[in-house]
Amino acid sequence: MKFSHRSHLVFTTFFAVLFSATLWASDEEKHEGAVNKPEHVAAYIQHHIKDAHDFHLYSYTDTHGERKHVGFPLPVIVWSSKGLATFMSSKFHHDDDGKVIVEAGGTRFVKLHSKIYELEAGADTVAFDETHHATNAHKVLDFSITKSVFGILLVGLLMFFWFSRLARQYKSRKVPKGFGRVLEPLVLYVRDEIAKPNIGEKRYREFTGYLLTVFFFIWILNLLGLTPLGFNVTGQLAVTAALAIFTLIIYTFKGNKGYWGHMLWMPGVPVLIRPVLAIIEVAGAFLIKPFSLLVRLFANISAGHIVVMSLIAIMVTMKAEIGAVGATALSFILSFFITLIEVLVAFLQAYIFTMLSALFIGMAVEEHDHH
Amino acid sequence: MEQLLNDFSPGLFVMQTVLLLGLIFLLVKFAWKPILNSLEDREKGIQDALDAAESAKKEMQNITADSENLLKEARAERETMLKEARELKEQMLADAREEAQKEGDKIIEKAKATIDSEKKAAVADIKSQVANLSLEIAEKVLKEELSDKSKQLKLVEDMLGNVKLN
Repeated sequence: MKFSHRSHLVFTTFFAVLFSATLWASDEEKHEGAVNKPEHVAAYIQHHIKDAHDFHLYSYTDTHGERKHVGFPLPVIVWSSKGLATFMSSKFHHDDDGKVIVEAGGTRFVKLHSKIYELEAGADTVAFDETHHATNAHKVLDFSITKSVFGILLVGLLMFFWFSRLARQYKSRKVPKGFGRVLEPLVLYVRDEIAKPNIGEKRYREFTGYLLTVFFFIWILNLLGLTPLGFNVTGQLAVTAALAIFTLIIYTFKGNKGYWGHMLWMPGVPVLIRPVLAIIEVAGAFLIKPFSLLVRLFANISAGHIVVMSLIAIMVTMKAEIGAVGATALSFILSFFITLIEVLVAFLQAYIFTMLSALFIGMAVEEHDHH
Repeated sequence: MEQLLNDFSPGLFVMQTVLLLGLIFLLVKFAWKPILNSLEDREKGIQDALDAAESAKKEMQNITADSENLLKEARAERETMLKEARELKEQMLADAREEAQKEGDKIIEKAKATIDSEKKAAVADIKSQVANLSLEIAEKVLKEELSDKSKQLKLVEDMLGNVKLN
């Protein structure tokens, strides 16, 4: 009972924050960001799959014809030429085209296509070349709590809350109850179906912690991406690259003599072929394997988001051809079924990433005593 | 490709790396280690319990077989005891019968001997009585003869008529 009270409090606080953020709404733009025409769809989807500096929930046009955005701002933390600068993303007033200039930390910033740019000294507005690249502004190292970082923190806290609670349950009882009973089979699944068969009975224990963390991290974030909150964390190259590099580091540093021997000087083949094989193997270990991990996850999740949003957009793009009702019905049916598939993909991609990580680690720590 | 590289955010990469590292560390320390240890303990406990149950079952089977053997032995012993008792009884009965027969024979023998001796005594008694009677008769006859000849004769006749020889 104590716990349900506490978690209740947590969620109440969370939603209170969400709805108090409703007050933070801009009235400067009119109809901007409204997706009512087919031309807007592609740009909107492009914008959505990128990271964002504020947590946008929804927008509407009020009775005075003013466009209101509902959500809450997130802190911007950037490392500029003048050092660290921090401010809230609300200072940009939802501008994404470099029009609003924010002064902070002794220098000026603009936001352009979801990226923060620092204006060069003396410049008052952003100048663009013919390919719409800024000529008098440069990118900065952006450590902001973006929407993706917010998602990572949320999922991290959620995982820590769930699993440390499950761990505590075992102190007093052999079989967990409540939500722990749901989590336990999943932990067992990762241990018995992913870690054990791919790494082997002897050494699976030391890597299971990493595999469990990665599996639940990816899976929960994939599922969050399917909610209307609109997270696209596992569809960010930076996130999947970091995950893939973790796996790379683990199997590189845990690789045994046999692993390096097979990579650099393959036994059992003619000596002349060995250097050629070594090049292929090194490329495989350091480029192909991590690249396949990071691209597979990124591409699957991004593609999933694009497909779902494109199907939802049928109600806009096909309105002229089959009417508003027909387009809405078609879009609803198609996006409903593709969302079901995406729920499966969310699990599948988490499984594949974890399984391949386990497989690569297993190959690196495998005992080569049969030569 | 250019757009992909443009979208790649080094800041996000750093944040993700730091946060994931922290998450892995925290979860391993406070969640995965205790969870996996407890799960292993539990699995070991279950395996032990199953093994114990199996061995208990085997022991039970052994005990059942033992008790069945015991029962069989006891039954066989009872059988032999009953048989022995029956034989003993028969023996005793036979012995008793024989004994009784012998005893009876002895008694009959004795009785016969007694009867014989009684008979002899009786005959001897009779003989002596007859002798006495004869003597008395002779005495009376002699007395009568001394008084009257006719009377003497008559007396002898009467006496002889009265005497019944058995």
